[in-house]
Amino acid sequence: MNIGVGLPTTVPGATGELLLDWARRADAGLFSSVAVLDRVVYDSYEPFAVLAGAAAATSRVRLATMIAIGPLRSTALLAKQAASVHGLSGGRLTLGLAVGARTEDFEAAGVEHKGRGKRLGEQLAYIRGDVDGDRVGPSRDGIEILVGGLSGPAYARMARYADGYAHNGGPPRAFANAAGRALAAWSDLGRPGKPKLWGQGYFAFGDADQGDAYLRDYYAFTGPFAEKIAAGNLTSARAVKDYVRGYEEAGCDELVLFPTVADAEELERLQEALA
Amino acid sequence: MNVAIVGAGPAGLYLAILLRKLDRGVDVRVLERNAPDATFGFGVVFSEETLGALRDADPETHLEITDTFARWDRIDIRYQGRELSSRGHSFSAIARKRLLEILQQRCRELSVALEFGVEVADLPGADLVVGADGANSLVRRFCDFGTKVQVEGSKYVWFGTDHVFDAFTFAFRETEHGLFNAHAYPYDERMSTFIVECPETVCRAAGLDEMEEQESLAFCEQLFANELRGRELFSNRSLWLDFPKITNQTWHDGNVVLLGDAVHTAHFSIGSGTKLAMEDSIALAAALARRRWDLNAAFVDYELERAPYVERTQQAASESAAYFGRIASYSHLEPIQFAFNLLTRSGRITHATLGVRDPQFTRALDSWLGGRPVSPPPAFSPFELRGVRFENRFELVESSVAVTPDGRTSAEEISRPEGKLLLRLMHAGRRGATQPRRLGVDLPLPDGWPVVAPTKRPYGPFGAIPGKPDEAAVLDAFVAAASEARAEVLEIDMAHGYLLGSYLSRLTNDEDDRLRFPLRVLEAVRAAWAGPLAVRLSVTDWHPRGNSVEEGIAIARAMREAGADLIHVEAGQTVHDDRPEYRRGFLTALSDRVRNEASVPTIVGGYLTTLDEANTIVGAGRADLVLLDLPETQVERPLKASAQLLGELRA
Repeated sequence: MNIGVGLPTTVPGATGELLLDWARRADAGLFSSVAVLDRVVYDSYEPFAVLAGAAAATSRVRLATMIAIGPLRSTALLAKQAASVHGLSGGRLTLGLAVGARTEDFEAAGVEHKGRGKRLGEQLAYIRGDVDGDRVGPSRDGIEILVGGLSGPAYARMARYADGYAHNGGPPRAFANAAGRALAAWSDLGRPGKPKLWGQGYFAFGDADQGDAYLRDYYAFTGPFAEKIAAGNLTSARAVKDYVRGYEEAGCDELVLFPTVADAEELERLQEALA
Repeated sequence: MNVAIVGAGPAGLYLAILLRKLDRGVDVRVLERNAPDATFGFGVVFSEETLGALRDADPETHLEITDTFARWDRIDIRYQGRELSSRGHSFSAIARKRLLEILQQRCRELSVALEFGVEVADLPGADLVVGADGANSLVRRFCDFGTKVQVEGSKYVWFGTDHVFDAFTFAFRETEHGLFNAHAYPYDERMSTFIVECPETVCRAAGLDEMEEQESLAFCEQLFANELRGRELFSNRSLWLDFPKITNQTWHDGNVVLLGDAVHTAHFSIGSGTKLAMEDSIALAAALARRRWDLNAAFVDYELERAPYVERTQQAASESAAYFGRIASYSHLEPIQFAFNLLTRSGRITHATLGVRDPQFTRALDSWLGGRPVSPPPAFSPFELRGVRFENRFELVESSVAVTPDGRTSAEEISRPEGKLLLRLMHAGRRGATQPRRLGVDLPLPDGWPVVAPTKRPYGPFGAIPGKPDEAAVLDAFVAAASEARAEVLEIDMAHGYLLGSYLSRLTNDEDDRLRFPLRVLEAVRAAWAGPLAVRLSVTDWHPRGNSVEEGIAIARAMREAGADLIHVEAGQTVHDDRPEYRRGFLTALSDRVRNEASVPTIVGGYLTTLDEANTIVGAGRADLVLLDLPETQVERPLKASAQLLGELRA
């Protein structure tokens, strides 16, 4: 199992300088990818802009959206943004896409919330397919595509168009359950081989309370579920190791750990915990 | 800290005990609508696992509870005049009334304030409020838990009897109105619980919905006179009921938390309600101890710990409820297979786990299927169809072949039959002319060939508008391919929205007689092919306006009548935007229904990865042939890349 690290693009106090420094350190460290979240109505950075910056600051790691909300963007522009990051990074983009969970993001972007699943299907068919006669470059060849979501249609979209599945985090048994569904969908759609299975988690080493408070705020839109997410924040080396072991046993291919405190020290402590 | 618990059932009383033991400084009162000696229901069931948890949580009550327990390890199944027994299942039960007495007494010892005959009109004032007031919880109405209530399973009625059963007994009785079944188990040395169940249609046909309590009791007493050995049934507000499946989006709101039936029910046919409720009490008390009465943190811990387990139990309970709802369709099964199907109904017992509990039972099943006194497990039993003998149930190899060049999904597909075991003849219809599957599915080729379908609607995004199929040519092509085919089993693909499948659904065909052309093809192929012939069918479209499972079963029946020997069970993909339900073995329940309701042998896949699944499916009569998804055997593991990489980078 590979281990990636999130960039703190949604964590309060993260400066542009910190984000690029974080990407540079991750690239020099033991991580196989750096990843970003996507949200409009929040004090957070735009995922493709950050990955373009990270492309310049790194040379080795994969650059992943975990996930980007596809239907917020028009199909051709989404394809162009993704292809541009892919080109800038020498082919290192992993494009995770899903329908998103917050209506306010759709309102702010001026996009209909209804029909977002159907639009994501069209976007995937467009990005993966060969339907625009190469008029919208640069080349999208070799973009690794993941799809996230827990509904039946999400698993079907994943198996139909993507290379793998992006899980939304939680205890290893929740990941194992979702992975079983992803594998079943892959088999049902007759895809050869196996889907790549990506998992994620949150961590805070220094000020865990601050990390928990950020998660409660970030996930306030989920109501009571925010408390459960905060309770899952990994706040010790031991908790990180157990989580990693659990995900490895559940068949995860790439586990991305997202910071909840915007401090470069957090990245060093994570490396120590994983070493 | 003061605590108000609403509901003096097992969950509420047990929590009161545990909280007082945890901290004598905490005031605990329990508010109950009924009198202390009012009881509903007769006995309740526990497992060994639960008993262990009860012993650790409060040894005093554990001792008293186990003193009056009825214990047994056998399940008896009385069916078509035969009785089958399976051993090795540890159960115990106690009179609900006795259990409540023990818990009430212990509460008094621990100075819990028990207030009976109190109707709560609003949330009681307390630092911590617990809703332990059952499936019809009032506490739930005062807060926002996102409660969902759905009826599941059949109609049922609870009785007691003074016939003391010596095993958990399932009994079945055919009547002119339909099939009835009973669940019976002893709960002390004098009495047993006796639950009678039947589908709603049967309940109405027998007039039970309009009978007085005594009249329906007499009806049941007479119906099961044999099982009751002439003993009586006793009623206790014994009315015919619907079982409500209750789920809640969150188990707590502010300082209010739910437990037991108030937060989740599990169908009585797996006997887990009281067990789940008392385990909730243990988990909640432990979380409050761990979090030092930080209510919010403790509630989150409690819910995170219990929810996954409860969800799995509710899933198993729903499977079991649905099984008893369609029990009549299994009456053609041999008693040993009927019994195995019943034992494995909820997915919690498999051929392998039953083999550990009761090797004699699985040996009897294996030898019945294998036809020899000592036989290998069900997946290795032979199977014969139209003179073709299969040595086992999982060795079918699929190979798909397009009957015409334009019926291919992609250009890479070979279009000539090969001599494989199961040869599938297909025409892709509007799903044709796409990229190879390693890139994705339903991705149109930039310079694809024209596709055909009964309507002009494209399959997916950027799909071509289909033209009208030349039915005569398609029919000829299927017949020609069938005449040339060399295979053990020939299969016609009518699933997944390919050409013939798209005729079968109103989502993709506007004509009234949607079976017209697919049946013509089947009949013509049947005439050209003498060996085993399968039809691959999407039994449901997984779409609100598409074919339901019932319609799919009717189609399967029509296919059998038109000459299909086997139905290869699939689901969905009729349209691009269906709502599939994926999980391990997602087609097994559908195959079970097709095989037993349309009376036709079936082939099933659906992400089955172990021989145990194949043994259980074949043994229970849920399918005849199984397609396994065997993962590649991985003996060597790659070295952990990360540490190695870090070393190289730092070097």
